[in-house]
Amino acid sequence: MESPVLEIKSLFAYYGNTQVLKGINLDIPRNQVTAIMGPSGCGKTTMIRCINRMHELGEGARVEGEILLNRDSIYRLHPMVLRRRVGMVFQRPNPFPTMSIFDNVIAGYKLNGVRLSREEKQEIVERSLKDAALWDEVKDHLHRKGTFLSGGQQQRLCIARALAMNPEVILLDEPSSALDPKATVRIEELIVELKKTVSIVMVTHNISQAARISDYTAFLYLGELVEFGATEKMFTVPRDSRTEEYLTGKFG
Amino acid sequence: MNEQRIWIRTVKDHIFTLFVALLALLSVVPLILILYHIVGNGIAYINWSFLVSLPNPVGVEGGGISNAIVGTVILVVLACVLSVPVGIAAGIYLSENRYKRLSYWVSVAVDILQSIPSIVLGIIAYLWVVRPAGTFSAFSGGVALALMMLPIIVRATDETLKLIPESLKEAALALGVPYWRTILRVILPAGLSGILTGILLGISRIAGETAPLLFTAFGSPFMVLDPTRPMNALPLLIFNYATSPYQHWHSLAWAASLVLVAMVLIFNLTAKVISTRWKVRF
Amino acid sequence: MKQEKAFRVILGGAVGVVVVIVVAIFLTLLWGSLPSLQRFGLGFVTSTTWNPVTGEFGGFPFLVGTLLTSFLSLGLSLPFSLAIAILLGEFFREGWFAETMRSAIELLAGIPSVIYGFWGLFFLVPAIRYVELSLGVSPYGVGVLTASIILAIMIIPYSASIAIEVIALVPRDLKEAALSLGATRYEVVRTVVIPYARSGIVGGILLALGRALGETMAVTMVIGNKNALPDSIFSPANTMASVIANEFTEATDEIYLSSLIEIGLLLFLVTAIVNAIGKYIVHVTGVERKE
Repeated sequence: MESPVLEIKSLFAYYGNTQVLKGINLDIPRNQVTAIMGPSGCGKTTMIRCINRMHELGEGARVEGEILLNRDSIYRLHPMVLRRRVGMVFQRPNPFPTMSIFDNVIAGYKLNGVRLSREEKQEIVERSLKDAALWDEVKDHLHRKGTFLSGGQQQRLCIARALAMNPEVILLDEPSSALDPKATVRIEELIVELKKTVSIVMVTHNISQAARISDYTAFLYLGELVEFGATEKMFTVPRDSRTEEYLTGKFG
Repeated sequence: MNEQRIWIRTVKDHIFTLFVALLALLSVVPLILILYHIVGNGIAYINWSFLVSLPNPVGVEGGGISNAIVGTVILVVLACVLSVPVGIAAGIYLSENRYKRLSYWVSVAVDILQSIPSIVLGIIAYLWVVRPAGTFSAFSGGVALALMMLPIIVRATDETLKLIPESLKEAALALGVPYWRTILRVILPAGLSGILTGILLGISRIAGETAPLLFTAFGSPFMVLDPTRPMNALPLLIFNYATSPYQHWHSLAWAASLVLVAMVLIFNLTAKVISTRWKVRF
Repeated sequence: MKQEKAFRVILGGAVGVVVVIVVAIFLTLLWGSLPSLQRFGLGFVTSTTWNPVTGEFGGFPFLVGTLLTSFLSLGLSLPFSLAIAILLGEFFREGWFAETMRSAIELLAGIPSVIYGFWGLFFLVPAIRYVELSLGVSPYGVGVLTASIILAIMIIPYSASIAIEVIALVPRDLKEAALSLGATRYEVVRTVVIPYARSGIVGGILLALGRALGETMAVTMVIGNKNALPDSIFSPANTMASVIANEFTEATDEIYLSSLIEIGLLLFLVTAIVNAIGKYIVHVTGVERKE
């Protein structure tokens, strides 16, 4: 087995006095899709927001523990540097409304003042949009603002935007929950393709989605990591009773 | 019994509706009258020479309002330079730090500033600038107008930015963009239409103000471009001419009023167009 | 990162500047009033003498002038503001008529004060003079009544716009409950809408009052500029704002100027308090209603 891309060690997370994550120990496998699941409020979104250090931005938010990205401690890295190595796609598509599609894709560079030649920009935009399976639909409209795109297309634009930075990991927070079934299918196919080049951590509350596309699943309950393993195995023979109850829909 | 009662109530209802409509329409009558008189009395005097010549000395016919127009423009620019950057920065702070104690007190301060009568702000500018400098000046007028405009800009920026969804900021931060760049290059542009609208409405408000200029910019018969000297402005000119005993100055005042009202109208309309057409949708 | 810190410092600095400005304004007014405060003390507020020659100053005539014109204008404008508010908040919320009315109201609010004064001087004053002649009163034309009328026209948009908001916020199911019981529209307005919106309307009135108290130019041009207590609403008078406008540049000695500044301080305090109460009421009703 290859070395894990992320190693989470004894992660505790707090919002003021409330303890949201209680000592998570988890290794995220490289070039695989890892699903993070659990009932509402179990801390799954908090966990991935810890990975790119967005959790710290909240009022009264606090973190203890360690996370290693390819053996680098994320707390030793500057958050901005970290966030260029770890991409994030949000629940509701949020392309920048004042920028064109082209500019949205390279926004990570543009906003950071990185100077690119015209060829470089063109190359990055084309590659990222192709990887996000959006190129054919927008290649003639690159300089229009992204607001005319459908929800699913906007989400793929956000994925392209994250991919343009060549991240090592992409964090997806319920990426298709705001999309219709047809768009969801396209996103799911995309995710499966993407794992060849980048490691994927995906929060989802949709059990069948996790079953469809994830290779590994972590089950969180009330801030604790209850079970982690290969998806197929976990879904057929869960080791913990709580996992089984969740998977069979007893609570959710 | 019931039949009669119902009939009375229905009549009351109709009378009420009529009454309300009448009163409401009556309120608009002064507006129509004012506009009618301004246009009626003033339009004859509007010509190119009127707009580009200087006022004539007392008693001499003719003359123009060029120094007043230029003065108003310079004063407005001064006020904007002084109030817009500070106002936007303060507005950004308020929208980004909603729950801090400081924000509460700043908000209170802004409310107080907004409630101060413009003549009192003129006193302040007099004591802060005119007294120490020993002379009336356009700059002191600009200061007084800036004090009027500041709360307008702060509020416009704060309210506009508050409407921008948090997810936009998060998207930029998640790309590794530093906070300050996120605000300047993502959030501010998204709120541009609202902020611009606030600025235009602020300008339209201060362009017509006379009281704060009475003892700051003071007015002048000359074309003045130096902000350290007293300067004329449209509202000042209108006030001086209207309260003078000279008939032809009254006519010029009507014409100048027409110019001023047209200016205010243009700013208001532009603000409206910007706020609807340029509005960024999320 | 250095830029990060600099940015936050700039933002913090900007709000600091705002707070400092407001405090400085208050302190400046206080400092400027000191000579007058020391000389006349609290008697300033009740004394009716205003004599630049002897150096005796008292602010009572202006206080009365301000309060009289402001409250009179409030009373004159109230029926009209309410009518507009009911018309646009209840009867015609959308459509071309509502849009036109709204634009007209905005225009009313946008016309500069000096133009109101100008118009008042040339059209209202002769009209009032005519009325005074018919009533057998001294035909000044200018005076408290004229000023109040102009003020009333000017503040209609302010109380109207807040009242429109509040009335439009009255929950539909309350009104429908009344209608389903057989009430006429007038009765619904009288028994449901107005009581519900009452505090919001009061808040709007206070804010309009705050505006009227500080209004300078239009009042100066039609009030007659007499530094004495008015005998009747037909007499000329002066308000706190208009006496400052008229005499500030002529105040050559320290005590004269200081007295005018003290009037400015009084004006500042009165408008700040009235506006604060008004804003508080509007805010509280807005927040309450949302729950």
